[in-house]
Amino acid sequence: MRFGPRGFRFGCPMSSAESLAVAVSDVAYRYGAVSALADISLSIPAGSATALVGPDGVGKSTLLALVAGVRRLQSGSIRTLGGDIGSRTHRDDIMARIAYMPQGLGRNLYPSLSVAENVDYFGRLFGQSASERAARITQLLRATGLAPFPDRPAGKLSGGMKQKLSLCCTLIHDPDLLILDEPTTGIDPLSRRQFWQLIDGIRAQRPSLTVLVSTAYMEEAERFDQVVAIDGGHVLAQGTPSELLARTGTEHFEQAYVALHGNGGPADTHLPPLRPSADGKPAIAAEGLTRRFGDFVAVDHVSFSIRRGEIFGFLGSNGCGKTTTMKMLTGLLDISEGHAELLGRQVEAGDLTTRLRVGYMSQGFSLYEELTVRDNLALHARLYRILEADVKPRVGETLKRFGLLEVADKKPAALPLGMRQRLQLAAACLHRPEIMILDEPTSGVDPAARDMFWRLLGELSRRDGVTIFVSTHFMNEAERCDRVSLMHAGKVLAVGTPAELRRTKDTPSLEDAFVAYLEEAERDAAVEGGDRPSVPTTPAGTAVQTPREAVLVADRSLRKAGTGLQASLLRMWAFSYREMRELLRDWVRLSFALLGPLLLLLTFGYGITFDVENLSFAVLDRDHSADSRRLIESFAASRYFRQRAPLLSELELDRRLRAGDLRLVIDIPPGYGRELVAGRRPEVAFFIDGATPFRAETTRNYVDGIVLSYVEDLARRAHGSASDLVAASVEPRFRYNQDFRSVFALTPGLIMIFMVLFSSMLAALGVVRERELGSITNFYASPATVAEFLLGKQLPYIAFGFASFVSLLVLAGLAFGVIVKGSLLALASGGLLYVFAATAFGILVSVFVRTQAAAIVATAILSTVPAINFSGYLYPAAALQGSGRFIGMGFPSLWFQNISLGAITKARGLADLYPNHLILLGFGLAYLVAASLLLRKQDG
Amino acid sequence: MVRWLSNVFRLGVKELASLASDMVLAFFVVYSFSFSIYSEATGITTDVTDAPIAIVDSDHSALSTRIFDALLQPYFRRPVLIDRSAVDPLMDEGRYPFILDIPPHFEADVLRGRDPAVQLNIDATAMTQAAVGGGYVSSIMQQETTNYLHSRGIERQLPVQSVERALFNPNLEGVWYNAIDALMQNLTMLTILLVGAAVIRERERGTIEHLLVMPVRAHEIAAGKIWANALVVIVFGTLSLVIVIENILHVPIEGSIPLFVAGMAIYLYAIASLGILLGTVANTMPQFALLAMPVFLTLNMLSGGPSPLEAMPEPLQVAMQISPAMHFTKFTQAVLCRGAGFELVWPHLVVLFGLGAIFLALALARFRSMLARVQ
Repeated sequence: MRFGPRGFRFGCPMSSAESLAVAVSDVAYRYGAVSALADISLSIPAGSATALVGPDGVGKSTLLALVAGVRRLQSGSIRTLGGDIGSRTHRDDIMARIAYMPQGLGRNLYPSLSVAENVDYFGRLFGQSASERAARITQLLRATGLAPFPDRPAGKLSGGMKQKLSLCCTLIHDPDLLILDEPTTGIDPLSRRQFWQLIDGIRAQRPSLTVLVSTAYMEEAERFDQVVAIDGGHVLAQGTPSELLARTGTEHFEQAYVALHGNGGPADTHLPPLRPSADGKPAIAAEGLTRRFGDFVAVDHVSFSIRRGEIFGFLGSNGCGKTTTMKMLTGLLDISEGHAELLGRQVEAGDLTTRLRVGYMSQGFSLYEELTVRDNLALHARLYRILEADVKPRVGETLKRFGLLEVADKKPAALPLGMRQRLQLAAACLHRPEIMILDEPTSGVDPAARDMFWRLLGELSRRDGVTIFVSTHFMNEAERCDRVSLMHAGKVLAVGTPAELRRTKDTPSLEDAFVAYLEEAERDAAVEGGDRPSVPTTPAGTAVQTPREAVLVADRSLRKAGTGLQASLLRMWAFSYREMRELLRDWVRLSFALLGPLLLLLTFGYGITFDVENLSFAVLDRDHSADSRRLIESFAASRYFRQRAPLLSELELDRRLRAGDLRLVIDIPPGYGRELVAGRRPEVAFFIDGATPFRAETTRNYVDGIVLSYVEDLARRAHGSASDLVAASVEPRFRYNQDFRSVFALTPGLIMIFMVLFSSMLAALGVVRERELGSITNFYASPATVAEFLLGKQLPYIAFGFASFVSLLVLAGLAFGVIVKGSLLALASGGLLYVFAATAFGILVSVFVRTQAAAIVATAILSTVPAINFSGYLYPAAALQGSGRFIGMGFPSLWFQNISLGAITKARGLADLYPNHLILLGFGLAYLVAASLLLRKQDG
Repeated sequence: MVRWLSNVFRLGVKELASLASDMVLAFFVVYSFSFSIYSEATGITTDVTDAPIAIVDSDHSALSTRIFDALLQPYFRRPVLIDRSAVDPLMDEGRYPFILDIPPHFEADVLRGRDPAVQLNIDATAMTQAAVGGGYVSSIMQQETTNYLHSRGIERQLPVQSVERALFNPNLEGVWYNAIDALMQNLTMLTILLVGAAVIRERERGTIEHLLVMPVRAHEIAAGKIWANALVVIVFGTLSLVIVIENILHVPIEGSIPLFVAGMAIYLYAIASLGILLGTVANTMPQFALLAMPVFLTLNMLSGGPSPLEAMPEPLQVAMQISPAMHFTKFTQAVLCRGAGFELVWPHLVVLFGLGAIFLALALARFRSMLARVQ
């Protein structure tokens, strides 16, 4: 067997076929009826850097996912790294050599894990040793400026920082083919520079590295060896940047782009001057605005004043507090200190009048994935109180204006990022607000659409007098603002027109001015000894921070192949370790999962009983004789019954029985005593509430017994001796539970129920959660197999479930004196197998469903019914019938109930119980096999 | 007010669209109100029917044979004669919940009036059957010995004639009870899970943030979720009651179905409010799942359905007064099983309404602090 063919291939002189890292021929892809790609062919030489540009929704992301093998090929063929990506064996071979970073702000990250832990997970996934991982993490974090906060949870990072972290995760395994889907979307200019320098550094170090990137920044595309422009599912043009410029006869790439795609003329960035507003009052005013999260000051005494109709740009490094400021203005976040006014009104959380006049677009997608584009807008229109008659035309007009007509009846989930952003923007404009607060509205949107969008903003501002507060990372957008504000580390560094800012710093472009301001702020902070993230202090425009240091220098021969048991176990452990960390980090879930069953055991052990006692009864005594009272007395004296106020009429009898106040009514006829003495055998009626049959049955037995003893008592009084009515007696001997106490019978069953419900519920969200939140792509793009993934996920839950099992047993002993009378080994091994089967069941559900909500409902329904009703817990297994019998036997609970009851109360050993163990093992394996058959390692 | 209604209506319609878009979820909702209820009702039996029983007959007399023959369907399977040495292992395996041990000279002792005792081994881990079945065995046995002695029925000997009548379910059919109990269980479970998951989903996907900048208020969002999810459950619950329970399982419905549906609506409002409250307490879907599970189990197991309320310890009975499930169980049994009218059950409805208001108030109070935690 050849070990590590990759070094071999790239080391040798390459044949022509091998010199292509990617060869796409005649690829088409459809989402249902909609065609995303039609007949795409292109080739990417090994060692080259290629940029993919094109409008939103032309299938750039689809193409990248197909090349990476993360999405299933429908037609055509793609050869990636020298083999057919459609072939599973080839994918298994090369996955370790591909790095794929999906679109979206950190969609593939784990929010509860820290920065370092996220990167560490990817390192483990690719089988790196601890020391190697540590070295690489340090390098990558330093190179991306994340080094100051390795311990911050990924979920608490700003959008741009998430993107950087996501890149670190992608780069950790030293790939041969790097596929990045809009990697710099939402990243500030300085970080973008650093980012590309990082990539350049890696490429310089490893010339064989092939880079394939889609981007919305045309000035970025310019840096690439090759640019591929895609539109309408076809390749429009392919060539070097200079070739494309020559072909379109343009100077700037952004213009070339617009020319290529043939929509819109040259960008007209000129805005007519702003008219002063009538009252001269600012539309938005902030004074000393401050927001703290614990010790962290996210926004530090920010003040600004925005005139009506002004377009006010908000620039700043990632995580500097732009979003937080915007959220405070919208009332989403409380203001810690300071003062803010919108349209002359103080910002207040519950102020609906202001909300009606404001349009807000959040950084992340915040519309409904489950509604179509049209329905989302319509809902929006109606909630913003647009007259019903106007809703349809307004929605139609907006769809048209934002180029959403074609996708109007699709759900946002199926749309590319750019389209989703447009939809959000459309929603924010729909109700014609007076103020628009837009948080990076054009992130991930193609240049033509951005141009269209900014024209629209200009129109809104100048024609309709709408005040626009917008944050952006695009400098050409910032140039189009009336004024911009530069923010860094929670503070405003500078405010002014773009020209003023350029002049102050004496730089040719706004971008350079921006970088200069940031660097100055950093130096000041360094002087003050601040611990803010350090940006490099070299002059702007030159090579910032030696990329050489950032380059990964690990010995490539150390990289283990994706085969072999050890590598397989390592990958499995990577999944387990991450899952475990997430679980341990989430103390709420942890305590619910551990304490929940214990609390329930205490409550139920204490509260549930099948002893039928304290039955309420009342008497309709129409006789009122000594004899009738004696009869009543014999009931009242019984511990099973509790007497309630006597009944006075049949009407009352009926009413109280129906209301459920009484379980038993004794109706004593008039003349009862007389008849009894006369030996005429008077009739006494006993009415039993039959609504609960089990209780009624028991009540009937009690009545029989009490009547019999009453009669014997009568006989004793009459004859002075007991009658011979009872010729023989039955001595019940309650086995296994001498006192006939519910707790002994119930505890083993309660343990059985809690284990299956909690274990399966824990595991049931494992896969579907990753699918819903998007991080499952990491698995698709990893060299791991389905079995490794599933088993890896399951392991922590097995460990956890077993720990819970042990804690339940201990508690049962301490609180209720329920001790294990039989074999502890049989019980423990049974418990382990049961947890195995239960978690495997959860995993199966998780693979089957598409949403977390469905996973919860499915698990709850599928596990509670067999565990409570058909397991032999409430009703003995021998009494199961019909479908219940099959359901019971077809679920692990019944078999573990045998073990639990057998080992705990019946003192039985492994020799008697082992068939149950084997069956549990069988269940677990069957569930796992089914799950691995259902889960495909590709999208689509 | 019109504005409020219109917003709540819009937001609820949006919830319905979300529900409808998840086919797997929709399937499980339907399943839980159809097949699940059917199998829960018919799959178990609370009464002793067809129970396995074994006899150790050391007497081999006419009387012991008579007892043997008297243990009959439908309560017991035909008894199996076993050896005394086999008693322990057979009990251990759980093969026979009842083993009757007739001692030597039993018949002779009965005839001499010595009142001999027969030992009945009962597997007490099967709580529900043990007591009832034990009662059957001893009454059958006593009847046979008395009949053997007097060759007349024991009843005729008693100076009092006791006439026992089980009201509302004369033959004490377990299916009647099980079906209604299963219905209540699934109503509770689905409502809590659907509503709570709807809240968490808005947070996990970030849509709640957008909702909260729109001119809608937190109570409108909550009310939209409540009516939409509760409506789905009410519709399926009612269909289940009429189609599955009344027409397929042939359970006679004593009371008024409209009254029940009205009560169910109030209950589901209370439970949905509880679901929203849980949704604001948990941060993520996995947390919610683990929080909802114990809440549901407690509501269900301590509702007084499967385990009678009056037998619980006093403090727990008091604590259960704030359980909506307890009041709903009482309401449902009164209306559906005993045909009670509004005048008898309204106090439960008042309590349910009040509990719902409390849960909702708590949930709304948590809405904003919940949002701060999303950041």
